[in-house]
Amino acid sequence: MTPPLPLVEVPWRRLSPRMLLIHPVREVIRFIPALLGVFLAGRSSGQGHWWSLAGLAVVLVVSVMRWVSTRFQITEDQISLRTGLVRRRTIAAPADRVRTVDVTEHPLHRVLGLAKVSIGTGTSDRKREGLVLDGLPTAEARALRVELLHRGQPAARPGQPHPPATGIPAATNHAGVDEVELLKLDPSWVRFAPFTLSGVVTAVAVAGFAWNILNQAQVNAGQLGPVQSASRYLRDTPLWLLVVQLGIGVLLIITVLSIVGYLLAFWGFRLSRHPGGTLQITRGLITTRATSIEDRRLRGASLSEPILLRAVGGARMTAIATGLRVGRGSERGGTVLAPPAPKRRIQQVAAQVLHGPDMARVVSGELRQHGRNARRRRLIRAVAPCSVIALAFAALWWWAEWSGWLALASLVLLAVSAVLGLDRYRSLGHALHGDYLVTRYGSLDRRRAMIDTDGIIGWNLRETIFQRRLGLISVAATTAAGRQSYGLTDLEPDEAIRVARAATPGLLDPFLVVAEPVSRRPFLARSPRASSSSR
Amino acid sequence: MTDSLPLSASPDGTARALRLRDPANLVSSRAISFWTVRAGIGWLALGALQVVILIFTDTSSHRSVNEIVLAVTVLLATVHLSVMPRWRYRVHRWELTGTACYAQSGWITRQRRIAPLSRIQTVDSERGPLEQLFSLANVTVTTASAAGPIKIRGLDAGVADRLVDELSTITSASTGDAT
Repeated sequence: MTPPLPLVEVPWRRLSPRMLLIHPVREVIRFIPALLGVFLAGRSSGQGHWWSLAGLAVVLVVSVMRWVSTRFQITEDQISLRTGLVRRRTIAAPADRVRTVDVTEHPLHRVLGLAKVSIGTGTSDRKREGLVLDGLPTAEARALRVELLHRGQPAARPGQPHPPATGIPAATNHAGVDEVELLKLDPSWVRFAPFTLSGVVTAVAVAGFAWNILNQAQVNAGQLGPVQSASRYLRDTPLWLLVVQLGIGVLLIITVLSIVGYLLAFWGFRLSRHPGGTLQITRGLITTRATSIEDRRLRGASLSEPILLRAVGGARMTAIATGLRVGRGSERGGTVLAPPAPKRRIQQVAAQVLHGPDMARVVSGELRQHGRNARRRRLIRAVAPCSVIALAFAALWWWAEWSGWLALASLVLLAVSAVLGLDRYRSLGHALHGDYLVTRYGSLDRRRAMIDTDGIIGWNLRETIFQRRLGLISVAATTAAGRQSYGLTDLEPDEAIRVARAATPGLLDPFLVVAEPVSRRPFLARSPRASSSSR
Repeated sequence: MTDSLPLSASPDGTARALRLRDPANLVSSRAISFWTVRAGIGWLALGALQVVILIFTDTSSHRSVNEIVLAVTVLLATVHLSVMPRWRYRVHRWELTGTACYAQSGWITRQRRIAPLSRIQTVDSERGPLEQLFSLANVTVTTASAAGPIKIRGLDAGVADRLVDELSTITSASTGDAT
């Protein structure tokens, strides 16, 4: 393919024809319930195989049409994608708005040497699918990623609409001389896998999937041989033994599943920095994924320690970057900066990924604890709902002669919630170190978010009536990246103003006055009538 | 409490606490009537429903329960309608300076939002049917963060138009993608 002259119109291209092999497989999998339905319906009319063949043909035609109707065009300043046969849709994105490029290779893709390229352009990503070029030859996909991300740089590349599939990228991606490796998976980190709870999620998903299939196939679970023998066994074994066996079994399954999940997601994990100004993350055992994040889009990082992982000294890290929303489920993958690993190691990497002065304190420095009233509020908020439940059960036990076990169980719940509330308070902390605002919060999933103060684009301050009485205020720094706002919960007003002033110099100054000693609660002081008549 | 940074150094050298004052401008006083009417519609619907039930219920035991519930509703509505709009009016304030937009809203829970003008992305004003009746308008100022739109509710329509004009002029002058 010869590169066209800059002014010649760039042709619309189709995705790799090898996708013609992938689409039918995918469509057939997607339509399995429908095809099964057609097959079963047809069987009763005696011509089952013809009907299901016809169904299969329709599905195949649809999948070919999908390929035929999808075209894309990459010009000097724009990337466009046209999809849909019945409902045509054109998505276009200006090339200088490209913020992230994600190259995913699913197993089928890998067999055929293809890759899926997802191009992230900004905050509106969540509403629509965005620009996804599903099915480019791997080499071309990688080249495209390198090119798209380096377009904005002053050392611009020659005027090609898309680079030929040969050349630079594959070489620099794997054995580049000037890229810096920041983190590589150490196989011994698999020991953290059982503490991530991902195994629980997988187990539930697998069980749900199996249940669904049984339902779809209209199999009566009670008639299956293994289930029958299991239920016979259940009848003949004492309860305590069953509980112990079940517990051990579930633990084993979860451990195995979470180790498998860890390996699938993070095998070959590698985080590196490229001289062009991008961070690159490659990972995955069967489905491989390569994500690139432009350095100038990175606004910080979030170090997360779910409670079990925290207990064994582990942590993981996600990026806070514009154009990369903190997504759910599979979307979340795009922001992973480090797999569950020893906390010390993660902190080292965080200090290398972010830059600025005093990074050691940003990633691991002491945080300022919130005041005693903050502790009171955390405790009240944790304990109040549980004590209502406990009181209700106690009342039911006393007057309605319900089982006392429920009341006792709710007392245990009460104790647990108090411990959680205290832990939530212990987590609360904030600091301004170097160029970063650091805030830590949460108990079951404790996070330490480090946000570049340049990325803060406003402040939300919030006081409920209870907070006003305790002299507390919650402050959130808004940003275009990650979760969009990062909160400092239950601060004393003076401290809130000190932090906000230091993080965004000058922004608050026009609105500040020197406090008179008395006006601690200016709002209530000014309108006593309203506050007294509200009760 | 302030161990590291002094809060502010006043001329005599002593550190004194600063606090964030309220934004300078109140919203239109017609907003009080607007909030009263808007909340009143809801209460009226609730009351009307109970009156209908009362009319079509014959059993005397149910009747007395209904009457009590209705009385409580009327009481709550009176308190809510007399307190909420005025309280709200005191809290709802806004201010625009050369560098920042600052607004306060809420009544029981008070929210304050501040955004620098250099980071503002869009400015819209909208007027619902009921608001048009009172010639009021809402102005929404968005930044690149999905968490921080500043909403100023219950503005006089003329004031809102001028505010939007002013903000649009300022924001169109700034460059970059404001993230």
